[in-house]
Amino acid sequence: MKNKKGSMLREMKQNGYAYLLVIPAAVYTLIFGYFTLPYMLIAFQRFNFKTGIFNSPWIGLDNFEFFFSSPRAWEVTFNTLKLNVLFIVVGTIAAMALAILFNELRSKLFSRLTQSTILFPHFLSWVIVSYILYSLLSTDYGIVNQMLAKLNLNPVNWYASPQYWTSILVITAVWKDIGMNLVIYLAAITGIDDTYYEAGRIDGATRWQLIRHITIPLMMPTIMILSLLALGKIMYGSFDMIYAIIKDNGLLYPTVDVIDTYVFRSLRTIGNPAQAMAVGLYQSVVGFILVWGSNRIVRKINPDHALF
Amino acid sequence: MNVNRSRLFDIANAALIGFISLLCLVPMLLVLMVSFTSEASIQQNGYQLLPSEFSLDAYKLLLGTSPLYRSYLVSLFVTIVGTLIAVLITGMAGYTLAAKHIRYRNGLAMFFFITMVFNTGLVPWYLINLELGLRNNIWALIVPSLIFNPFNLFLVRNYMSQIPGSLIEAAKIDGANDIFIAFRIYFPLCMPVLATITLFYGIGYWNNWFNAIMLVDNQNLYPLQYLLFKLNSEINMIQQMQSSGVLVSDAVLPQESVKMATAILTIGPVIFFYPFLQRYFIKGLLIGSLKE
Repeated sequence: MKNKKGSMLREMKQNGYAYLLVIPAAVYTLIFGYFTLPYMLIAFQRFNFKTGIFNSPWIGLDNFEFFFSSPRAWEVTFNTLKLNVLFIVVGTIAAMALAILFNELRSKLFSRLTQSTILFPHFLSWVIVSYILYSLLSTDYGIVNQMLAKLNLNPVNWYASPQYWTSILVITAVWKDIGMNLVIYLAAITGIDDTYYEAGRIDGATRWQLIRHITIPLMMPTIMILSLLALGKIMYGSFDMIYAIIKDNGLLYPTVDVIDTYVFRSLRTIGNPAQAMAVGLYQSVVGFILVWGSNRIVRKINPDHALF
Repeated sequence: MNVNRSRLFDIANAALIGFISLLCLVPMLLVLMVSFTSEASIQQNGYQLLPSEFSLDAYKLLLGTSPLYRSYLVSLFVTIVGTLIAVLITGMAGYTLAAKHIRYRNGLAMFFFITMVFNTGLVPWYLINLELGLRNNIWALIVPSLIFNPFNLFLVRNYMSQIPGSLIEAAKIDGANDIFIAFRIYFPLCMPVLATITLFYGIGYWNNWFNAIMLVDNQNLYPLQYLLFKLNSEINMIQQMQSSGVLVSDAVLPQESVKMATAILTIGPVIFFYPFLQRYFIKGLLIGSLKE
């Protein structure tokens, strides 16, 4: 033990400057990563800003009871899972299909040009995207209602019709991120050894057969890793997106209000950090179980595709 | 026959991809065109891709008001200062984690990695910020959540790991210490990855409104994105901008076009830097994903 301490001191003496370089990042991670852990305990308190975490009274599971006894608990959990699963599934399929089509393009210039435009929405903030969406869907001025009118259909009051919003959000999310996924999948396709294709062509395979039997199977590892990474955030409902677009529009809550926006409102609008923390803790724990469980399943099927 | 079919496929494929790429561009174009449309025309015809009546009223009003300038300054300051510090912190830590003569580098890597996997969520983060006094000041927009990202750290570390360790040994023999080696030898060699994280951080800062909605109530500190967010949800914001600025000739307040014009001004820098952004973004994605 003493010996180890001595060698640690020697290491510090020898490479002190290098450890100095890592200090800012380490301190930041210590504070914003590790020091946040004790605050999770306030989920079991009647937390008060004045008395703080040390002197607020403990109330057991009351905060959890408050959340789970309301019908909204199920609603926001279901919406979070529903939206994230749809984002992952639709997003992956769309990006993969697009990557395969891009790979068949003959003109490099055209490929680069169209990739640039498809990637562009990725750099827009969700606030900007909410404006774009509004210019399309606004009840009085929006383009979509103008088109409906031209087709002699009744205009739709989009921002008061929750039934459409699952699809709208999925399309919007795919629209914004397809460019980024395209880059990754296209790289994965380009990385496939050409000899596979040559062998396939010699055997007389058609373009579609090459895609079906070479490209798609060889892309599976990339798809698995990306999906698993996305699964890790499945309980987290991209607050930025939903709150920028939906805000506090209660009419749309039934289909698109998620845990993150619920927590945000408990914290900032209602001002009850303890209740917000209870929901947040539930979110973290379920999220962790889901990642761990899905990773186990993937490992059973094919160990190479597992994340850890 | 077969050649013809293949050619037909190529044409259909190019047409489809062209159409999809238009779908990504046209909605943005719509916002741009609406910002140049007169309020009267909007009220009569709705938003149009080709406005029936052009007008610069929205921009006249916006450029004559102080809230927009102030928010632009806030956003610029936050983005530039934040990105510089963030890249510095990340680059320095990346060196230590990559240098093979550092004994505890793997332990340190684990220390950073754990925080990536387990997320404590919004509430502890918020309370820590209050504890640190990061509320209603410019640092509340810079320090929380953006100034250091472990994902970027690992990006830098992986890139730096490829540099042969003999370089460090040689420099050490010449009497250089680790700080000198990091700044004068490693950083210049790692320009591509540093450019990539500069872009990641820069875009993160420019597009961020989360820190503002959580930690800032003072209107003087609104970054552009948050001003834009407020503009859409609070009608009186526009009237406020009107009263503090010049009066527009038209009696009607160009409410709709002002919103869209603000959106356009907000993405201005993104469009300006887009070729650079795109190049290093793709590079960064590839470094990151190939490492998997």
